[in-house]
Amino acid sequence: MADQTSDGTDEVVATRDCSETLRELDVFLDGELSDEQQSAIKHHLDGCMDCLGAFDFHAELKIVVREKCNNDEMPPGLLSKIEMCFGTDFDGDGTIG
Amino acid sequence: MTEPGTAGTVPRMADQATFATDAMQYAPQLYSGALRMTRNKADAEDLVQETYLKGYRSYHSFTEGTNLRAWLFRIMTNTFINSYRSKQRRPDETDLGDVEDLYLYKNLGALQNSSVGRSAEESLMEMLPDDEVKRALEDLPDNFRLPVILADVEGFSYKEIAEMLEIPIGTVMSRLHRGRKAMQKALHEFALARGLVATQETS
Repeated sequence: MADQTSDGTDEVVATRDCSETLRELDVFLDGELSDEQQSAIKHHLDGCMDCLGAFDFHAELKIVVREKCNNDEMPPGLLSKIEMCFGTDFDGDGTIG
Repeated sequence: MTEPGTAGTVPRMADQATFATDAMQYAPQLYSGALRMTRNKADAEDLVQETYLKGYRSYHSFTEGTNLRAWLFRIMTNTFINSYRSKQRRPDETDLGDVEDLYLYKNLGALQNSSVGRSAEESLMEMLPDDEVKRALEDLPDNFRLPVILADVEGFSYKEIAEMLEIPIGTVMSRLHRGRKAMQKALHEFALARGLVATQETS
């Protein structure tokens, strides 16, 4: 908490510069930051179009990856094959399963 | 109904009877996840079946009210690691190369922002075909692919992923970071190959 003026630039602990903000991009978008950290990031993004552009891009990329990797059609017989298992005594020990 | 002691270790019928109703709704997600993990349909089908069978057999150990989807994915991830991964182990899984941060943004972002009437989502959705996104993910080595599947496709938390993969949260985070960057590099290369992006370097 003492003045960390080793590089002479930091003023207040709560504000973040671009490189600090970008370093937390993943964790922010994954929703894994504390409320406090999250608002510090949002505060920076409010005033920084460069970082906002990067955050927006990655937020959208996440949506794209999720949608495009999660839309496979199941093979038609799979569900019934699975459900058939639920009534079968496979190992012959007298119990189902 | 049952005498104390007679239930023993035998799975209770009540649990098994509701398993299908409770769990089958997750089959499409499990199948997509399995396909990304195994990279082929036959193995994915087997993996999903095996997951359901294991889930069915051990459903009595599932705590009601906890996350059933996460429980099933945990079974599937374990099954994959133990019986499928060994078939296709690659020699050097850690060598992903070093990719610059914000790789795709720096290489595609400008192009994307210049398109008229863009919504970022729409244009990325259009710029990146389904099969290329799938391939970029599936080409990642297992160590990186699994965290990316679990986080970005399935939406699990770092903690859930750490538990599923039995690795520390810090490792989950670093593998996600590197895996995502490698994926972005692959996406860019696919776009280049399609001639979507000019090869010239802008400074």
